[in-house]
Amino acid sequence: MIKSELITLIAEANPHLFYRDVERLVSTIFDEITGALARGERVELRGFGAFSVKERPARTGRNPRTGEKVHVEEKRVPYFKTGKDLRERLNS
Amino acid sequence: MSNKTLTRADLTEAVYEAVGLSRNESSELVESVLGTIADRLVDGENVKISSFGSFLVRHKNGRTGRNPKTGEEVPIDPRRVLVFRPSQVMKDRINN
Repeated sequence: MIKSELITLIAEANPHLFYRDVERLVSTIFDEITGALARGERVELRGFGAFSVKERPARTGRNPRTGEKVHVEEKRVPYFKTGKDLRERLNS
Repeated sequence: MSNKTLTRADLTEAVYEAVGLSRNESSELVESVLGTIADRLVDGENVKISSFGSFLVRHKNGRTGRNPKTGEEVPIDPRRVLVFRPSQVMKDRINN
């Protein structure tokens, strides 16, 4: 499923809403999550999962083609941990 | 790094402000978006949200694990796990 299909499903289940409002609703949810992570915050959605940001320290990497050493700056990466309910539903 | 945690209540509030529906309905719609995504994943379908990221269902084979404390062997059944791959847009926003 892609985002537009998700929007269509929610719109079909809520015929009293304008399609553009459903688009805004879905975009708002994902923008809020990304915004929180960009501020270094956690996002906890019980039953679904939790998003957090992990710090990766700077390291010396290598260009795999040339073997040349390259400095890789420290960076932050988003991380998702599946919630208990969803993890159980995936395996039942 | 902030200790603040965003929850469903914050998503509901953001939807309430952005869309102008009641708080109650906003809350139900947030639930319905998360629920729809979860249902698709449980059906074994991957979910791709452009400029956000992808939720991918991976199949793990069974293997023999070991209790690291006792050294005892424990069978681990085949299972499905969820991985989230952030989009480039999200990675960039988090690093700037």
